[in-house]
Amino acid sequence: MQIVVRDQTDLALLKEKAREVRRRILTMVHRANSGHVGGSLSSVEILVALYYRLMRHDPRRPAWPERDRFILSKGHCTPVIYAVLADCGYFPMSDLRTFRRPGSHLQGHPYAPKTPGIEVSTGTLGLGLSTAAGMALGAKLRKQSHRYYVLCGDGEIQEGQIWEAAMFANKYHLDNLIAFVDRNYLQTDGHSEEIMPLDPLLPKWEAFGWRTCEIDGHDFAEIIEAVETAKGAPGKPTLIVARTVKGKGVSFMENVVGWHGTPPTREEYERAMKELEE
Amino acid sequence: MNSTEFKQTRQGYVDALIELALVDPDVVVLDSDVAKATKTCDFEALFPDRFFNCGVQEQNMMCVAAGLALEGFIPFATTFGVFASCRAGDQVRNAIAYPKLNVKIGATHCGISTGGDGASHQANEDIAIMRSFPNMTVLVPGDYEESRLATKAAARFTGPVYLRFGRDKYPVVPEIHDGFAIGKAKLLHEGEDVTIVTTGIMASEGLKAAGILAERGYSARVLHMPTVKPIDTEALLAAARGTRGIVTAEEHSIIGGLGEAVAGFVAEQHPTMVRRVGVRDTFGESGQAQELLDRYGLRAANIVAEALSVLQEY
Ligand SMILES: Cc1ncc(C[n+]2csc(CCOP(=O)(O)OP(=O)(O)O)c2C)c(N)n1
Ligand SMILES: [Mg+2]
Repeated sequence: MQIVVRDQTDLALLKEKAREVRRRILTMVHRANSGHVGGSLSSVEILVALYYRLMRHDPRRPAWPERDRFILSKGHCTPVIYAVLADCGYFPMSDLRTFRRPGSHLQGHPYAPKTPGIEVSTGTLGLGLSTAAGMALGAKLRKQSHRYYVLCGDGEIQEGQIWEAAMFANKYHLDNLIAFVDRNYLQTDGHSEEIMPLDPLLPKWEAFGWRTCEIDGHDFAEIIEAVETAKGAPGKPTLIVARTVKGKGVSFMENVVGWHGTPPTREEYERAMKELEE
Repeated sequence: MNSTEFKQTRQGYVDALIELALVDPDVVVLDSDVAKATKTCDFEALFPDRFFNCGVQEQNMMCVAAGLALEGFIPFATTFGVFASCRAGDQVRNAIAYPKLNVKIGATHCGISTGGDGASHQANEDIAIMRSFPNMTVLVPGDYEESRLATKAAARFTGPVYLRFGRDKYPVVPEIHDGFAIGKAKLLHEGEDVTIVTTGIMASEGLKAAGILAERGYSARVLHMPTVKPIDTEALLAAARGTRGIVTAEEHSIIGGLGEAVAGFVAEQHPTMVRRVGVRDTFGESGQAQELLDRYGLRAANIVAEALSVLQEY
């Protein structure tokens, strides 16, 4: 199931995965008539690169102790992680139809006790990076070598607790912790630099003791290179600022504030699916 | 009760942590820059590699503890009660209680007897907050020894536990030292007229109150409940059936604590007059622990007064 990238054809396979995942995100949210499309679409390439290329994991053994862990700190983006986990085989693809329905294991925000492949329960923003740091500290205490990948939203890192976690990860030299910021510049109420300015991001994280880099979050080659570099950098946690487009892949959703937590109408859904045909 | 020995409940917590760490390598302790006050500094001195000072970051600490629990450790996240319940309430609710992680929260400086620091530091609402979270077990031991026993029981128990301790030295109550079991009340004194239900440091006042009532010709049952959640419904039902009314006593607000837990249960199962001794919906103030307990009505005399009013109204 891992896709080894040696040349352009392998990159094409990842791109094809990303297209399928985008279609599933839209179908899930449309069917539930509820859910977050914009931030799910902006992080598709990051999750596809992690699950199909970069992470060591085995869908048949979700509790395998040596697996790498992914923590969706921006918990509202369940559509993207559920689409990827189902495709990997953590649970049946047909479960996606139950998203946000009573009795389903696919809650609106991640709930680890119920969903195979979900590591940490999140939903209130700003918690996941701390929990991942605690896990990464635990792995260090046990002298284990797996890694922790975290995805934060850019709006999310306005939370004070994110910066508590940043200090903590620096203090305990958590080089097994690699965090992405999905830098789509949008949050619920508008543009992040108007709501609560965050730039310049890299110097902030560097000042907190992290290794940093900035990449195009829709470019597989850049994502892969950034993570491979982070893996080889001892002593410090790594923060990857992934520049992305909220709503990526659907022309009328791209960079539009309104496509945060609103489900598409039937007509919008059909138009979007058409754009995402091969 | 003639006990004159006074000891800290928080010391019971830390002494138990040290005993636990000696036999269980998974026990780790976190603090948030109050280790000298919570006494976890004693643990740090012996187990520096298993102690993590998170700095003044209660919210981060609770989630770090959740992460350690996910990796199979038994973390004891330690801070003052106000910070554990209010500052980090979201983290406790969503990162610990909801996924039912095996995190133990050690909260010290709870109740009005926190004293001189005043209202900002006197957690009078923490039981109410913690009780309301599904999956959360709430333990409120009454003296040094019971604090030790409660901490050890919490470590053996799988799931989130809130452990509540004070700052002051409190009377040693030998009557509560036997057989600590989560969810079980302790019958400290038999009686048929009225039941006094205590939690935490009010055990000693409850026993005193029973003595005073006996002098007046009333027989009071004293039930001590170091577990506020899950509440011992069997013991409460027996009290509701076997006596004419119930007086609860806690060093906490009358809103949402032991009193409401008891009243809520008996109102549904066996309607019985319940009177609550506790902090009456007000913030505290600075003062010596013992004088504040007097001033806010958390004494045997207050329990007696409520018991008499129950008996007279009956
Ligand atoms: C603590 C907390 N406050 C508010 C919310 C409501 N909320 C959900 S998503 C969101 C905006 C997140 O923006 P961002 O992190 O940039 O996510 P993305 O753009 O990737 O969707 C907010 C405020 C929340 N879930 N948690
Ligand atoms: Mg954003």
